[in-house]
Amino acid sequence: MSLNHPSGTTLPPHRVLARSLVTVRSWPFLIDLAIGACGIAIFFAILRTCSYWLGGQVPVVAISHSVSALPVYAFYSITRIAIAYLLSLTFAISYGYTAAYNPRIEAWMVAVLDILQSIPVLSFLPPVILFMITLIPGHQLGIEMGVILLIFTGQVWNLAFSFYSSLKSIPKEMVEAARIYRYSAWQRFWQLEMPYATIGLVWNSIVSVAGGWFALIACEMFPLGARNFRLPGIGSYLQTATDSGDVKAILYGIAVVILIVVATDQLLWRPLIAWSDKFKFEQVESSDRVTSPILELLRRSNLTAIPGRLFTRLEEPLFRRLARTRACRVVEPLDADETTRKPALLLILLAVAAAALASWGLWQAALMLRTVTWADLRLLLAGAAATFARVNASLIISALWTIPVGVTIGFNPKLARIVQPVAQVLASVPATAFFPILLIGLVKLGGGLGIGSIALMLLGTQWYILFNVIAGAMSIPSDLKEAASVYHFTRWQRWTTLILPGIFPYLITGMVTASGGAWNASVFAEYSRLADRTLSTVGLGAQIDAATESGHFNILLLATVLISIMVVTMNRLVWRRLYRLAETRYKLEG
Amino acid sequence: MPEPATTTANAAIIRAQGIEKYYAQPSQNRIQVIAPTDLSIVPGEILALLGPSGSGKSTMLRMLSGLSQPSAGQVFWHEKPIANAEINVSIVFQSFALFPWLTVQENVEAPLQARGIPPEERRRRSLKMLDTVGLDGFEAAYPKELSGGMRQRVGFARALVVEPEVLFMDEPFSALDVLTAENLRSELLELWANKTMPTKAVFLVTHNIEEAVLLADRIIVLGRNPGHIRTDFRVQLPQPRDRKSEPFTNLVDYIYKVLTRPEVAPTAAPDQTTGKVPRDQRQMHYQMLPHARPGGVAGLLELLIDHGGKDDIYRLADDLAFEIDDLLPIVDAAQLLGFLNIEEGDAAITATGAAFANSEILHQKELFREAALTNVLLLRQIRRALETKSDHTVPEEFFLDMLDEQFSDDESLRQVETAVNWGRYAELFDFDASRRRFILPEVEEETVAAPEAE
Repeated sequence: MSLNHPSGTTLPPHRVLARSLVTVRSWPFLIDLAIGACGIAIFFAILRTCSYWLGGQVPVVAISHSVSALPVYAFYSITRIAIAYLLSLTFAISYGYTAAYNPRIEAWMVAVLDILQSIPVLSFLPPVILFMITLIPGHQLGIEMGVILLIFTGQVWNLAFSFYSSLKSIPKEMVEAARIYRYSAWQRFWQLEMPYATIGLVWNSIVSVAGGWFALIACEMFPLGARNFRLPGIGSYLQTATDSGDVKAILYGIAVVILIVVATDQLLWRPLIAWSDKFKFEQVESSDRVTSPILELLRRSNLTAIPGRLFTRLEEPLFRRLARTRACRVVEPLDADETTRKPALLLILLAVAAAALASWGLWQAALMLRTVTWADLRLLLAGAAATFARVNASLIISALWTIPVGVTIGFNPKLARIVQPVAQVLASVPATAFFPILLIGLVKLGGGLGIGSIALMLLGTQWYILFNVIAGAMSIPSDLKEAASVYHFTRWQRWTTLILPGIFPYLITGMVTASGGAWNASVFAEYSRLADRTLSTVGLGAQIDAATESGHFNILLLATVLISIMVVTMNRLVWRRLYRLAETRYKLEG
Repeated sequence: MPEPATTTANAAIIRAQGIEKYYAQPSQNRIQVIAPTDLSIVPGEILALLGPSGSGKSTMLRMLSGLSQPSAGQVFWHEKPIANAEINVSIVFQSFALFPWLTVQENVEAPLQARGIPPEERRRRSLKMLDTVGLDGFEAAYPKELSGGMRQRVGFARALVVEPEVLFMDEPFSALDVLTAENLRSELLELWANKTMPTKAVFLVTHNIEEAVLLADRIIVLGRNPGHIRTDFRVQLPQPRDRKSEPFTNLVDYIYKVLTRPEVAPTAAPDQTTGKVPRDQRQMHYQMLPHARPGGVAGLLELLIDHGGKDDIYRLADDLAFEIDDLLPIVDAAQLLGFLNIEEGDAAITATGAAFANSEILHQKELFREAALTNVLLLRQIRRALETKSDHTVPEEFFLDMLDEQFSDDESLRQVETAVNWGRYAELFDFDASRRRFILPEVEEETVAAPEAE
């Protein structure tokens, strides 16, 4: 015991007792060993990745079909996702923090978030790649960074939004407590803001990483004008296998993707969710919590306490220094923050620079768009209409089957406990991984991509709606259900007065997420290359792909603008209103 | 840290000079929340701030503690502007405001950490303080594992561990059940009386009259619209105080009267040794007539019915896109007429109010007439004077003279103007503007029933 607590003598007896209860554990040595081994493996992996990245540029890596290559490919893909995610998290936190504490630019930053959140990432692919290659010439790192940046743009916005809205919703008295007890910004960040935002960040991370996989599989291998880019990874493995019609390899690839998703869920998300439970801002302890054996194991290991202790040692001198700063000596009025601060010169300069850059970009874009012919525009508009119809058709189909199924599951708690996590995992499995198989099936059946692309979109969208409907049905209080049966509601009455209003907020949440996913999927689903054939249908997504492949950047730009306008308008006109309705009218409280 | 020698023993720790709070509106006029106020917190006393909701109690606390900046005026900490002083105060919050992810001990240690105190001393001081508030053995628990009363104990421990000079408390017991609150109150008094806590002054915000009388050495009662000090007096009852004793109940009654009659200037506090309340000199009081039109009252009531008969006043103002200052006279008028009740910032329509709002115009006038005669002294007097005089007319002067005793000249004129407005609507009387005389409407003389509610 004394080893664990150098200062153990000053501890009250029962704390020592609490510690010693924890030591009743099995195989402590083995756990420590395993964790140590993981550390060494990570170190080696970093070494290996670096040597590959810093190597020369190999735009087209030969992709093997063999199953034995899969672990390496999976490793490279996971690394990309992990780096992109860490970048997103860092960026999201700084962005959210800046937006929340700078009232002058807050409205702008939130609007930017709002728009970027709804633009399909995949249409950014070509410019991002070209930019990164010119930025880091001569190294593999350039192409890699391009792909990572792309995944980043798909992951970051909802994280930033989540962090921002968490900061904004911290209860006022907590903020006042931090102020009156003269917390430094550092202490406030770690003891109030970060903990308060953790739960939102964890849940949004799950959605983000799922989106990351979706984009990754689509963009590890792509033609850009005359050049082909191919990075070693699970996405390009699947593509190559599809091109050569190797069904067995495709199935192996899908299996690995599912394995990764399930493993991430079990090894990362579930422990994180269970851990984040302590950050729940609630008055009473809730009875049903997510449990995670992995987290228990980690908690029992001695090694995991080391970073914490190290952190404490580093933190103490910092706190002593911070105590001498103004924030820790004087209570600054909370409401003076906005009024007295003058706009810094730097901020003005930044704003001017941003405005200049934006107008330059706009000018360039306008020049480029001048080359678009009327015929092109007409085609694009027709495509936009087709894609719009397809996206909404897929949403409606998803809703039609998920509502009855979800409600049935949700009303049966036993079943729900099994199905809900499964649906959650399924929602995380990137639909792009299934596209090849579906494509081959479609070709065999002789169906075109017109209908097929709806099926492809469905793959990506329905799970979000399903698990939200299940959650909604579970949240309907049982006394309301009992009231419905006491008063002998007819089936129709039950649905219209109890179930549909009850699940409405959840349904809307699911549909909003799904709609974003469907737009994103459209870019991928409407145009596909199978072996030496190109399958495509009329649609904006297909036009984006075709433009990418042929290098018509003007069409690409216009199509991206069109798709963004459609998505943003839909959000503003439909989803946000429904959301507000759900928030105000159909919220079941208590 | 030793304090510099103070000139007098009772030099204020915190002194507010003409502080006020208002929110500027784009439309030039502003919402005044607190009128210019002077207030001092001196060592050795528990000061309770009482007031109805909306009187700016919490805002006052936040300005005095430096959390909020007064729109005008200045707060001094030991005669230094508070914005630059190293103040040492704590706040105990109504919602406890504990950090749920920190253990009890970590919660108590956090303010010490902010002050750069080394870990060993932090632990020693926090454990000692937890022991003092009776939480020995709970240091490793999380707040959500504790009952409300125990959580507030943690709140007290966190507040006291920094040894504040002034302890602010913002309705600290109102989220607790009656027994727990009672228990905590007496423990707090014990700590204070035994000087177990180094705190020199306590500032308590509450809406509970008994709580204020039980704890405070000095009570300040705030009024509304905008918040202002109505009365400020010392409580001389010896501790421990007996809730059932006559001086105690007299004092509670006195404060209750002050609070429920915002239009009447408060009399002196009752003599707390014999329990006699000084006799009220003025026999009759005119209520201050809010300057609202009967049509506005009807409109407000109809809106309230649409909102289910009850709604928050501020939300009503929002919905109507009214300035709150424009809405309040209408609300006050409706309240005066007995058409609605105000409870904690919510306006609730009464049965007569609902009947009034739902009637057609002639019946509406009848109901308004009844309500006016029952509730409004001035209207009743005018009506009676007109009835008793043979020519059924009375000059305006007559009433102005009576009103002048209570209101300023301008206000008296406005009172008469409003009375005319209401009287005409209710067809109680008419007013001949050229001769400045009230007259009894002859045509309706027969139909207007004699005031039943006398």
